[in-house]
Amino acid sequence: MGLKIVVLAKQVPDTRNVGKDAMKADGTVNRAALAAIFNPEDLNALEQALRLKDKYEGSTVSILTMGPGRAAEIIRESLYRGADDGFLLTDRAFAGSDTLATSYALSCAIKNFSKVDVIICGRQAIDGDTAQVGPQVAEKIGWPQITYAEEILECTSQKIVVKRRLEKGIEIVEGKLPMLVTVNSSAPECRPRNAKLVMKFKHAKTISEKQAGDQDYIDLVDERPYLNINEWSVNEIQADANWLGLKGSPTKVKEIENVVFQAKESKRLSPDDFDIESLMRELIANHTIG
Amino acid sequence: MNNIFVYLEIEDGIVADVSLELLTKGRSLANQLKCKLEAIAIGSQLDGIGEQVFSFGVDVLTLADDKKLYPYTSLPHTAILVKLFKEEQPQIALMGATSIGRDLGPRVSSALFSGLTADCTSLEIGDHEDKKEGKVYKNLLYQIRPAFGGNIVATIVNPEQRPQMATVREGVMKKEIADKHYKGETKKLDVSKYVSSTDFVVNVIERHMEKSKLNIKASPIIISGGYGIGSRENFDLLFDFAHVIGAEVGASRAAVDAGFADHERQIGQTGVTVRPKLYIACGISGQIQHVAGMQESSMIIAINNDPNAPINAIADYVITGNVEEVIPKMIKYYKKNTK
Ligand SMILES: Cc1cc2nc3c(=O)[nH]c(=O)nc-3n(C[C@H](O)[C@H](O)[C@H](O)COP(=O)(O)OP(=O)(O)OC[C@H]3O[C@@H](n4cnc5c(N)ncnc54)[C@H](O)[C@@H]3O)c2cc1C
Ligand SMILES: Nc1ncnc2c1ncn2[C@@H]1O[C@H](COP(=O)(O)O)[C@@H](O)[C@H]1O
Repeated sequence: MGLKIVVLAKQVPDTRNVGKDAMKADGTVNRAALAAIFNPEDLNALEQALRLKDKYEGSTVSILTMGPGRAAEIIRESLYRGADDGFLLTDRAFAGSDTLATSYALSCAIKNFSKVDVIICGRQAIDGDTAQVGPQVAEKIGWPQITYAEEILECTSQKIVVKRRLEKGIEIVEGKLPMLVTVNSSAPECRPRNAKLVMKFKHAKTISEKQAGDQDYIDLVDERPYLNINEWSVNEIQADANWLGLKGSPTKVKEIENVVFQAKESKRLSPDDFDIESLMRELIANHTIG
Repeated sequence: MNNIFVYLEIEDGIVADVSLELLTKGRSLANQLKCKLEAIAIGSQLDGIGEQVFSFGVDVLTLADDKKLYPYTSLPHTAILVKLFKEEQPQIALMGATSIGRDLGPRVSSALFSGLTADCTSLEIGDHEDKKEGKVYKNLLYQIRPAFGGNIVATIVNPEQRPQMATVREGVMKKEIADKHYKGETKKLDVSKYVSSTDFVVNVIERHMEKSKLNIKASPIIISGGYGIGSRENFDLLFDFAHVIGAEVGASRAAVDAGFADHERQIGQTGVTVRPKLYIACGISGQIQHVAGMQESSMIIAINNDPNAPINAIADYVITGNVEEVIPKMIKYYKKNTK
């Protein structure tokens, strides 16, 4: 008996490589100037899922992501690495969601799956660094959670054992399935794309992508159903619109400011003996050091 | 009613620094809002907690004491907070942005449908006008945090939902005793009314917590090295200097990533926040994520061979030169001129 595993993954702007043109003159973020990438810790999560699939025969890994149409890209990236299928949750109604509204939408989508044993998330997404969506999804579907996982040591129909990496040490914990696990960046890196899988899935598309494509291509998908990336809107997940988007978000952004530091009036010194010695004399005299 | 609650993180009977820092902040917010400051301790053998926290100005300490509540696991602690918050209706709830606070906070906020802002760097009280709805909200908690990898700072508010929840990293707020003789009241919860046996679904079977030997935060002088130091060996020069003048050695993330220094020395947005009497930045360019963790130092000396390094803008003394030339001169002068 294999495990049914769902990985929650997010496409994020690459905030680690923020160039000079990333900030607009008015101090807001120029999202267009930032590359969209697979959230790094979600790749660690995917690797844990694929390892479970390797270890327990008959297991499947599904990717669920909520985002704009282009987020289908990370689903393809997951298929290239060994995931079985993908689900893109996309709808205007999701726009402006904070972590709570995002978690609500994801939890509705999860209820759409027939039977899930394990949900694996990244610990946090680098656009917000909040680490909230995992635990909030778990709460909304009434599951327990194990956060900060570095390795899933064991996962059978009854028992899951996880090594957690905390800021001041490690913990090994044990629980029962179903379980939601969030994975740290200290976990093993994700395996690279597999060339055969790239060949197999490079034409995998969502329905919107298909509609934008040409006829040949649509025939191909009809022949090979695995090339279908499922696309769900609000209607498919039976979500209550009051809990989605801006309306369903208790937190509001009041103000955004560019970061400017108060420049000080500094004394300029040279590395010559005289300058260094007079500085040291001053620091010792006023008891800053010594 | 409608007080400020701080969740106390406890390891081996000792309240974590981050919780004490939040009590200090909570006390000043409570004074401003004219409400009480409450603390909640969940764990086992909590008799010594009052002694550790009342002096921070805690008016009410609630204890949920049961053998099964330590070490921390998600569901039982969540269950207690959710029920307690439903009863007490706090206006604000604060916890550490630690692996415990970031496991617990989102779960509690989801159950109560209250907003939560992670990793705040500043908390203030202020009003908020919702122009679309034509509503004005008085005395909200401004939850201020960096976003987008530290490139912007956002102020977040929760106009409607309570409690207003926020997490804060260790070292970001100051820890200060309010009154040595302050004495609040202690309440004990009947744990069985708050937690059910089905909440104990995850068991900790092994635990290795290290007490960090290093306490950069507490050091009055920090000598910090960046990528410009060049190698792990060259960092020895900084350790020598630190040893001579009684300082600690810090590092930038680039230096840590390059393997020149250990992670626990990292200062900045994703490391520790420090505010020493003297901060000497050696071969550090001064990107915002680093500066965010040291800008409140009383005095800053920058040693950098680039006369236009951004760090120079916030330094009191700018030495334009090579670290390997300047530091030995400082050591030499110090040795010669102190006893
Ligand atoms: C989300 C996020 C979080 C981050 N968090 C942190 C954080 O917590 N802490 C942190 O520090 N960074 C953090 N960073 C990284 C930060 O943006 C910078 O990359 C980093 O601080 C640069 O480190 P540095 O100044 O040591 O290196 P560099 O920017 O490479 O600067 C090296 C400096 O050394 C000078 N130099 C070179 N040789 C010498 C010499 N012989 N003598 C004197 N000077 C010399 C150079 O002129 C230069 O100014 C974060 C980034 C992101 C995206
Ligand atoms: N829009 C989303 N779609 C799918 N998964 C998400 C989404 N947002 C967050 N997650 C998951 O939740 C984790 C934590 O995200 P965050 O709370 O935003 O830091 C991420 O690493 C993902 O695994």
